[in-house]
Amino acid sequence: MDFINAIVLLLNYTVIPALTYGSQLALGAIFVTLVYGILRFANFATGDMMSFGTMVAVLITFYFQSLGISFGFLPTALLTIPPAVLAMIFYMLFIDKFVFSYYRVKKSPPVQLAMVSVGVMFVTQAIIRIIIGPFDRRFFDGEKFILKANEFKEMTGLNEGLTIKSTQAITIFVTVLVVSIMFWFLNRTKTGTSMRAYSDNEDLALLSGIDPKKVVLITWIIAGILATIGGVLYGLDKSYRPFVYFNNMLPIFAAAIVGGIGNPFGAFLGGYVIAFAEILVTYAYKKFFAYLLPEFMEPDSLMQLLSTDYKFAVSFSILVIVLLFRPSGIFKGKTL
Amino acid sequence: MAFFEGSKMTAGYGDGPDIISSCTINVDKGEIVAILGPNGAGKSTAMKTMLGLLNLKSGSVLINGEDITNLSPQDRVKKGISFVPQSKNVFAELTVKENLEVGAFLRTDKLDKILNDIYDLFPILEEKQSQIVGELSGGQRQQVALGRALMIKPSVLMLDEPTAGVSPIVMDELFEHIIKVKKTNVAIIMVEQNAKQALSISDRGYVLVTGQNKFEGSGNELLNDPEVRRSFLGA
Amino acid sequence: MMQHKNIIAAYSIMILLIIAVGVLQSWTIALTILNYCLISAVMTIGANIQWGYAGLINFGIMGYTALGGLAAVLVNVPPVKEAWKAGGSGMVVSLILIISGVYIIRTVLRKFENSKKRNYIVAAIIIIGFVIVRYISGPAIENIEAIDPAKTGFLGGLGLPIIFSWIVGGLFAAGIAFIVGKIALGLRADYLAIATLLIAEIIVSIIKHEDWLARGVKNVIGLKRPVPYEVDLQGSTWFIDLVEKFHSKKLDVITSLTERQDVLNQLVIDASSVYVKLCLAGLFLTVVIILLILTQKALYSPWGRKMRAIRDNEVAANAMGKNVVKEHLLIFILGSAIVGIAGAMMVTNDGLFTPGSYRPMRYTFVIWVMVIVGGTGNNFGAILGGFVVWFLWVEAAPIALFFINFFTAHLEETNAVKQHLIQSAAYFRFLLVGIGLLIIMRYRPKGLIPEKINIK
Ligand SMILES: Nc1ncnc2c1ncn2[C@@H]1O[C@H](COP(=O)(O)OP(=O)(O)O)[C@@H](O)[C@H]1O
Ligand SMILES: [Mg+2]
Repeated sequence: MDFINAIVLLLNYTVIPALTYGSQLALGAIFVTLVYGILRFANFATGDMMSFGTMVAVLITFYFQSLGISFGFLPTALLTIPPAVLAMIFYMLFIDKFVFSYYRVKKSPPVQLAMVSVGVMFVTQAIIRIIIGPFDRRFFDGEKFILKANEFKEMTGLNEGLTIKSTQAITIFVTVLVVSIMFWFLNRTKTGTSMRAYSDNEDLALLSGIDPKKVVLITWIIAGILATIGGVLYGLDKSYRPFVYFNNMLPIFAAAIVGGIGNPFGAFLGGYVIAFAEILVTYAYKKFFAYLLPEFMEPDSLMQLLSTDYKFAVSFSILVIVLLFRPSGIFKGKTL
Repeated sequence: MAFFEGSKMTAGYGDGPDIISSCTINVDKGEIVAILGPNGAGKSTAMKTMLGLLNLKSGSVLINGEDITNLSPQDRVKKGISFVPQSKNVFAELTVKENLEVGAFLRTDKLDKILNDIYDLFPILEEKQSQIVGELSGGQRQQVALGRALMIKPSVLMLDEPTAGVSPIVMDELFEHIIKVKKTNVAIIMVEQNAKQALSISDRGYVLVTGQNKFEGSGNELLNDPEVRRSFLGA
Repeated sequence: MMQHKNIIAAYSIMILLIIAVGVLQSWTIALTILNYCLISAVMTIGANIQWGYAGLINFGIMGYTALGGLAAVLVNVPPVKEAWKAGGSGMVVSLILIISGVYIIRTVLRKFENSKKRNYIVAAIIIIGFVIVRYISGPAIENIEAIDPAKTGFLGGLGLPIIFSWIVGGLFAAGIAFIVGKIALGLRADYLAIATLLIAEIIVSIIKHEDWLARGVKNVIGLKRPVPYEVDLQGSTWFIDLVEKFHSKKLDVITSLTERQDVLNQLVIDASSVYVKLCLAGLFLTVVIILLILTQKALYSPWGRKMRAIRDNEVAANAMGKNVVKEHLLIFILGSAIVGIAGAMMVTNDGLFTPGSYRPMRYTFVIWVMVIVGGTGNNFGAILGGFVVWFLWVEAAPIALFFINFFTAHLEETNAVKQHLIQSAAYFRFLLVGIGLLIIMRYRPKGLIPEKINIK
């Protein structure tokens, strides 16, 4: 019994939150890795692009709410994803046309493109703050819980409750759906294969008649979908605040590099590696051991490796270790 | 009038100096033409120019009598000109089959038949079709490179050092493959370091020195030309 | 020659702009801007050494700035005796343990061949060491943080004049840069950018959350300035006399004695803050000039030529092999140290240390915009970039407000869009700086004042 309680405890406070957070990171990390693999630069506007898409979704959600449109027990924001994705793609293509494409055509070194993306980061942040402001916005509505702690306790008779928030379930479900479709597209369709070919060997791809303009276009479309959905899921689960989105770029980069940058599947797994590391290292295991160990051995400290203040620091340390020992990432495998 | 001809080509990289000047190379269907010459002579450059990767300062490129001097590389590929570069000539991170499929990117028909043709030509590729190309041996990779280039059923095939870095046995095998391709009525231009072997399977050959035609003639003529022998065949 | 004229013209315009702020807004604002411009200039010199001389991307400027700030606290604040008594020994033991742990790991790494077993040993040492250090430092930290947490709750510093921290800040930054450089300098350019960005984030989060060190986000206030205080000036007769003399014309016109006194008082108050800022400006300017002379000397020395040769020519760089790594490490340390100096200067200027305010936008990316806008590889350009971008960063809101009012003049005051825009005026600085960067990168990729010499 105590054993099951301990497991439920871990599930509730580490596994489910980590799966959720990991999914949100994973979507961002695939976005980073796609842009890196195909457009060949580290996009420092990643967090703010995700923020842009989310902002559109938030605004439309507020508009829908004012009209009285709702999505039943699901959050209204899910309805706003398609138009928000469209706006995001439009914005990305606009930026690409007027900013990035110039350097791509000139074949500028990746560093220069990265620096240009810093400019895009500033501009995007300005646009977002001017439109919606820097404040914290909650836009979640609908049913809050799928499973409540006390319901679970009643059901099972356990001490520990298991809570599943609907945002957690939605996040994991949507992520699995989106990522599956994306991998199917990349691995099983002619266009997807041509994108992987372009990423692998640009010159040879051109010699095979692959149209670089089309590859770039589709990359931004996929990037727009991933950025918006990742951003909206994060915002639904926590809240929407532009500054936090900028900061999220950091663990997202960590996830992409840990997974082996340029490798979408690695980035996907990398998101979970980072999320689990952050949460497992900063979780206080006192209660967990209290269940497992006999009474006289019960720990009196919190049994916490690092305080939650160091959440980010954990993922960055992992990144540093990976860069040190395996700069190509943990999951080399198949690259985009 | 040869089937595929670059005549009096002068070109260089960007604003740099001319790498090839007034260089002429032509090939007919069902013929293998070898381009020989010392390192840095402009052999690869000449090929790239014929494919349109460099802009011509003067001269022209013709296929089947049609002037394609102003077409982009992609459009030349559509005209049936296939190119296997000297390095990075496969998609190392894709499977063998995917490499071939990308080679056929411009085709809109079903690929089953052409895939089978390629597999007939290179049986090893069928065996390894779902393996990542980066994991194959050098000789197998070169076969993938050839196979990829053949997927559009080209009328002209340009090979830049197809046997670079493989063992002599594999080299002979690759040459045999190239002869098989030639027999399907393809015009083949081939840059080679292994001059003797190359000339022995070639119908004709050119020797380029500092971007200019120095010698040309049938394979045997060049092989037996004392001056060519002395300066390029190391004998 | 052309270039000299350009530099002089650019700097003159910049000075005129600051004077314009003095005349139109106030001299205090103008001097505040000037001081930050000078500090920014020090930071850009540091970043420019790394990027302009060696092509290294350091997106960790924020971390080194914060280290400099930390140095200011640790040098200037008097030691908190009770805290030392409560937990000092524990912290010292922990520090010794950490140092010896590092030493042991180094020895293990040196002595044994690279193998799985060695990695496991190292990992085991790290984990065991971590547990022991936490076991010892945990109670010590708790005790220290319990000492009058509203005011202290930390170990305090050395109680020395804050100006020493400019050197110590440089040393702190150099020390950390050595470690970071050892870890990250082998990486490709864009990986290096990301790695340094994240490491800076780690540094700041440690400073933010280790309260025993510098009070963390509870901030340290009341750091002692190296220049006089306004209140003291306002009380000293020489200063009042000076102000009186300076404004004698204006004062002589006033006949009523009380009124004259009131006006004089106001003038003294204004003048005192201007005086303080001028003193600081003098100190900062001295640092900028010293650094400029040193960096220019370095740039034209054989060493500087070698560095640029390495930067511009990969073949030469690779031919030099190991040497390059060494040179890069040196340059990375030097540049970071200069940024550390700037960080200490900034805290000196503000008189307070607020770890929560260290954010990458302000302390890393804006600095990078300065370097790129100014002109990479050219110190005069980098300094100018520091001035121009900081000026824009500060004055963007007033400028934006002006334009918003101008373009919405026909709208009513209650118009929602107009009100919203006016409220958002502060965010136009991001827009201005971002677009400025994009335009410079596109149309003047070498910056306002490009690098002069080009070595093939
Ligand atoms: N991408 C390029 N840009 C500039 N110069 C090049 C480039 N590729 C080759 N060259 C120069 O062109 C000349 C001929 O090179 P190449 O055609 O590759 O010679 P070959 O194939 O005969 O060995 C060499 O001097 C080489 O330095
Ligand atoms: Mg060649």
